[in-house]
Amino acid sequence: MTAVLEVSGLKTHFFTHAGVVKAVDGVDFTVNKGEVMGLVGESGSGKSITGFSILGLIDQPGRIVEGAIRFIGEDIAKAPEDKLKSIRGNRISMIFQDPMMTLNPVLRIDTQMMEAILAHEPVPRKEAWERCRDALGLVGIPSPEERLRAYPHQLSGGMRQRVSIATAFLNKPDLIIADEPTTALDVTIQAQIIFEAQKLTRQTGTAMIWITHDLAVVAGLADRISVMYAGRIVEQGLTDDVIDRPLHPYTVGLLGSVPTANNRGERLFQIEGMTPNMLALPEGCAFSPRCGSASGACRTPPPIEHVADRELRCYHPRSQAAAQ
Amino acid sequence: MTVFVIRRLMQAFLVVFLMSVIVFFGVNIVGDPIYMLVSPDADQADIEAAIRRLGLDRPIWEQYFLFLKGAVQGNLGDSFVFGQPALKLILHHMPATLELAFSALFLAIVFGIPLGLFSGLYPDNPVSKGIMAGSILGFSLPTFWVGLMLILLFAVELGWLPSTGRGDTASVFGIQTSLATWDGIRHIFLPALNLSLLKISLAIRLTRAGVREAMGQDYVKYARAKGVSTKRIIFVHVMKNIMIPVVTVMGLEFGSLIGFSVVTETIFAWPGMGKLLIDAILQLDRPVVVAYLMIMVLFFVLINLMVDILYSILDPRVRLQDQGA
Repeated sequence: MTAVLEVSGLKTHFFTHAGVVKAVDGVDFTVNKGEVMGLVGESGSGKSITGFSILGLIDQPGRIVEGAIRFIGEDIAKAPEDKLKSIRGNRISMIFQDPMMTLNPVLRIDTQMMEAILAHEPVPRKEAWERCRDALGLVGIPSPEERLRAYPHQLSGGMRQRVSIATAFLNKPDLIIADEPTTALDVTIQAQIIFEAQKLTRQTGTAMIWITHDLAVVAGLADRISVMYAGRIVEQGLTDDVIDRPLHPYTVGLLGSVPTANNRGERLFQIEGMTPNMLALPEGCAFSPRCGSASGACRTPPPIEHVADRELRCYHPRSQAAAQ
Repeated sequence: MTVFVIRRLMQAFLVVFLMSVIVFFGVNIVGDPIYMLVSPDADQADIEAAIRRLGLDRPIWEQYFLFLKGAVQGNLGDSFVFGQPALKLILHHMPATLELAFSALFLAIVFGIPLGLFSGLYPDNPVSKGIMAGSILGFSLPTFWVGLMLILLFAVELGWLPSTGRGDTASVFGIQTSLATWDGIRHIFLPALNLSLLKISLAIRLTRAGVREAMGQDYVKYARAKGVSTKRIIFVHVMKNIMIPVVTVMGLEFGSLIGFSVVTETIFAWPGMGKLLIDAILQLDRPVVVAYLMIMVLFFVLINLMVDILYSILDPRVRLQDQGA
C-alpha cells in the first residue's frame, strides 16, 4: 500500500497572551491510499487543528512549529501559500463540521461548487456546472439541477452536508479530511451521510481522515483508529483491535463510557476528572492525573511503543485480558 | 411584492398627513408671519388687508382644512414671501440639493468602502489605525465647523476652489446639473466633501466591522479550504455579505444627507432646498415649510421602500411578502 499522507512529529502551537497552547504536540500517523482513518478524541484534544495543519489553514496566533507533512512524498508543512492553494480543494479537500455555517448564505449552490473546480482548472463554466450536477446526483440529491440554483437556506442540514461532500469529491482528491461532518446532524441523516462518504471513498480510492469524538461512528467506518488526547496520539491501530482490545487507559475509558445493550440499567462508566487545561498541561503523560494506573514513571512523557501492530504511548497498558 | 409596495405607499400617506398636521399647527404657534411680511410703516388697514389676502383671518382649523383641500389637488399653497406656489419653489431648488446629496453619497461609497475594507483586512496595520482615528474625527467634528475650515483652507489659504455658490450648469437628459461642467464640479466639490465626511466615516466603520466579522466566519475558511483565491474570497464571499448592512444603512442615510444639507448649503451658499427652508423658517413662510417637510417625508418613505427592495435582491433569505411591514 502506498502512503498518501505521512505526518511525523507535527507540532502546531498557538502563541496567545496567556501562554503557548500546544494544541498539537508531536503527532505521527500515516494514511494509505483508499484508507479511512478515524481520528478520535474529546473536544480540545487537537484533532481539528491537526486537520487544519495538513491544509496549512492555521490562523494567527497559531503556526506549525515542527514536523513534516508528507503528501505523496512531498513535504507540505512549510510549503508556500501558492503551493498550498493549488493542493487545497484539489488534491486534499475538507468537509466541515456545521453545514449551516460553511456554505456562504448569499451565494447560490452552483457558484459555491463551481468555484472549487474553476479555482484549479480552466474549464468552461458549462462543463464545471455539469460536473457539479453529476456530483450532487452521486451523493443522492434528487433533482440536482434545481438544487444547484438554490441558496443554502433553502436546503436542509443533511442536504447541505451532502453538498459539502459532493464538493469535496469534485476534483477527485487523493485525501479528504472530514471534520466531524455528522455531529450537527440527527442520527438518521448521520447514517446516510456516513454511507454516502463510505461509498464514494470505495469507488474513487480516495483516502479519508474522519475526525470525530464519537467512537460509534468510526467503528463501522474506519480501517484504522488514532485516539488523540491533549495534542498527542495515545493509541493507534486497526479499528477492530482498538475497539475490541483497547490498551491505553484513556481508550478503555472512552469505550467504557459508550452506552450499550450490555450495561443497560447500570451506571455508565465515566473517566474521572476533566479534560486538561491546554495552557497548563501536567508533566509527562497528560492523562496521568485522570488515570487509575498512573505511577511515578508517568511524570516523564511516555515514548511511542509498538505492541503487535499497535502504537501506544503508555507505561501501563491494560493487559489484553483485563480489557475484555 | 405588489401588495407590499401598495401597503407601504398607504402608510406613507398616513405619515405625510400626520406630518402636515404637526407642522401646520407648529409653525402657527411659533409666531405671526404678518409682521415679517408687511412693511414697517404699513397702517392698520394695510395689515388687515394682507391678513385677509393670506387667509390668516380665519380660525386655524379652517385654514388647515382649506390647505388640505388644496393639497389633495396638488396645491400646497402659495409662499407668503414670493407669492409663487410653494411646491414649484421647492421643485425649482431640488436639483441643486439632490446633486449635492448624490455627490456626497458617491464620495462616501468611493472613499468609505475601500478604506473600511483595508482597515478590516489589516486591523493591526498603522495605516488602518490612522483610518480609524480619522473616522472618529469625521464622526465628532461638527459639520458647520468642518465646512468653515474647508473654506479657510481650500478657498482662502490655497485659493484652489471657490467657496460659495453653484457653478455653471449644463443640461444632461433635460436635467440642469453642475456635474456636467468643470466649473460646476469645482463648485460642488467642497460642499459635497463637507456633507459626506460623516457618511465616509460611517461607511468606513460599517465596512470594517462587516469585514472583521465575515473573515472569521466558517464560510471563509471553507472557501479557503476549497483553494479559492484570496481576491475572490474578499470580493465575492465577503463583500456580498457585508453589502447587505452597508446598502441598508447608506440608503437610509441618504435621507439624512438631504436633511443635513441644510447646514452645508447655508455655509456654502448653495442654492438648494435646505437654504430655501432656512430662509422660509426665518420669515415664517408657512406654506414653504409645510411643503418642504411633506416632500422630505415622502422622500424618506420612498428611500426606505427602495432599500427594502434592494435588500431582497442582495439577501436571498429575505422575502418581501413575508415581512410584517
